[in-house]
Amino acid sequence: MSGIPHDHYEPKGRFATWLHDRLPVVGLAYDVLMIPTPKNLNWWWIWGIVLAFTLVLQIVTGIILAMHYTPHVDLAFASVEHIMRDVNGGHMLRYLHANGASLFFVAVYIHIFRGLYYGSYKSPREVTWIIGMLIYLAMMATGFLGYVLPWGQMSFWGATVITGLFGAIPFIGPDIQTWLLGGPAVDNAALNRFFSLHYLLPFVIAALVAVHIWAFHTTGNNNPTGVDVRRSSKQDAEKDTLPFWPYFVIKDFFALAVVLLVFFAIVGFMPNYLGHPDNYIEANPLSTPAHIVPEWYFLPFYAILRAFTADVWAVQAASFITGGIVDAKFFGVLAMFGSILVMALTPWLDTSKTRSGSYRPIFKFWFWLLAIDFVVLMWVGAQSTVFPYDWISLIASTYWFAYFLVILPLLGWTEKAKTPPATIEDDFNHHYPEASGSAAE
Amino acid sequence: MIRQLTLTAITAMALGLGAGAALASGGEGNYGHVEDRQFSFEGPFGKYDQMQLQRGLKVYTEVCAACHGLRYVPIRALADPGGPGYTEDEVRAYAAENFTVFDPELDDDRDATPADHFPRVTGDGMGPDLSLVAKGRAGFHGPYGTGMNQLFKGIGGAEYITAYLLGFTGEENEVAGQYLYENMAFPTGWVQMPPQLEDDLIEYDDGTPATAEQMAEDVSAFLMWAAEPKMMARKQAGAVAVLLLVVLSSLLYLANKKLWYPVKHGGKEANL
Repeated sequence: MSGIPHDHYEPKGRFATWLHDRLPVVGLAYDVLMIPTPKNLNWWWIWGIVLAFTLVLQIVTGIILAMHYTPHVDLAFASVEHIMRDVNGGHMLRYLHANGASLFFVAVYIHIFRGLYYGSYKSPREVTWIIGMLIYLAMMATGFLGYVLPWGQMSFWGATVITGLFGAIPFIGPDIQTWLLGGPAVDNAALNRFFSLHYLLPFVIAALVAVHIWAFHTTGNNNPTGVDVRRSSKQDAEKDTLPFWPYFVIKDFFALAVVLLVFFAIVGFMPNYLGHPDNYIEANPLSTPAHIVPEWYFLPFYAILRAFTADVWAVQAASFITGGIVDAKFFGVLAMFGSILVMALTPWLDTSKTRSGSYRPIFKFWFWLLAIDFVVLMWVGAQSTVFPYDWISLIASTYWFAYFLVILPLLGWTEKAKTPPATIEDDFNHHYPEASGSAAE
Repeated sequence: MIRQLTLTAITAMALGLGAGAALASGGEGNYGHVEDRQFSFEGPFGKYDQMQLQRGLKVYTEVCAACHGLRYVPIRALADPGGPGYTEDEVRAYAAENFTVFDPELDDDRDATPADHFPRVTGDGMGPDLSLVAKGRAGFHGPYGTGMNQLFKGIGGAEYITAYLLGFTGEENEVAGQYLYENMAFPTGWVQMPPQLEDDLIEYDDGTPATAEQMAEDVSAFLMWAAEPKMMARKQAGAVAVLLLVVLSSLLYLANKKLWYPVKHGGKEANL
């Protein structure tokens, strides 16, 4: 592995040497674990470990749940109740898995917004960012597929609405929707393939996570200053970094324990808070729930989907120009997927030479507005579409696009950034004046 | 798609139970009101009241079971820890006394055993299954639609059932040959189920006066247990997990502090 210079594994003893010559797996583990890590990382850098832990939690609980679950429209709902009532510890497993999905998304949203603030997407970490966006997309697909499996009312009607999005594609949409569902409507064929894919995608995520880690172990971690680790020599690098083990492993584990404390309090004391009561009613294609609401982690994008109604001028313009091919429904779908696409393109939309937002006074304002915008979208996504919610979601959705497509490109030209510290060591010593050893006393 | 679904939903509601509301005079804005009640099982350390579950089972058996099944609840669960706490003999007697099930091997009906589930009740005029009704209804959604107040009040399913059972105004209305009854707890105000509970409808074994309100609360608690029979085990596991994680995070905090101390203080060792 290229990158920051550091000590590598030296096999000791005959067996270790024998193995190392044939399969350097211990060396790989050593390099991964001992990677030089900027010593000024703050607490926003702990969510990667939380995400890794949650992926394992979801896979382990999910595999056990799959042993007791039956993917059939007549049996799925009952098999979930069987898990809740008859399987040893089944109620705990299911609540861990259901709330684990929420933990996953809490962590990934903070992780993404940390990247957006500190410019972790910028050169040379574009590939890390793109892989991360792919992981996020796979997570959304997995979360959606998993929510369908209990075969409650929200499962069924959520699946109907979401697969209906593909039906909005002009000309070929309805055929795509039928192909995805394996039939004209959400039914047994759909449930079976959703189960199959829900089991498959987490392993795709695990593989992407490995690539994600590989990518940023090649470039090195970003850090709050955005200043690169000095690589001219091992001595210089060691002034800026500490090995991942034990310094960051222990720090991350402490943070993980605190996060899990909150997580287990929710699982133990209010496991249904983040769920929807309607999903305890078995799916009924003849009875539509009064409000179809997706899971909380989809709400921001659901709000963007619904924001662009037929009376918005941009929608009317798009419809006019395309001769009616892009109608309001398709426009909404394009906006929803577009909102994630613009986020994925951030490395090329942000024109600023300064990496970390800490040294960009005007950027900071717009960034925090984006964070608030995200929360507003999440809230408004759960409301009905009447006034004033329709206006709130339209304005909030517009800001989302404006941030990525207008503000980020322009700021790079207009903003006068402050000068970051010369080195990570300087930044660290600034925070801990005694760290340099010679100072103080 | 979404607009279509919304329209479908509105139409379905308007054609269905909502039709009565449209015909009835006034008061529509007041429907759907659910009052908070203090149930013993709310909060992180809340427990089921065993005697209340036993009374609730009696209300269910003698009143509700005529029209409502509990298809997902095994009868044996009545003897499980954290439930009504009957002995296995009592449960066997209860099952045989109250329910018969169809046995495909005998090709005939037989008395229910603890291994059977409560029967499912279907057919004309019968109501929905109640196995999960306490989790399938949320009484509280505020503030501003975030549902955050569920943190303090519980999800409100048991409150909803109580409010529903006590919410009848006595008004009734005939729509297309079907009687509808006004109910203040129901979102659209008119329901197909006639009022059921009145004072002294049944007699409690423990001598508790069987007022309508008492019966409504008892059967709501029983249905909460039916929907979430492992609640007490879950809360206990949650409490143990939280305690262990408090210890673990404290130890990791100290370990982390000691580990980083020399880095942050020019090589000096921590003095913890």
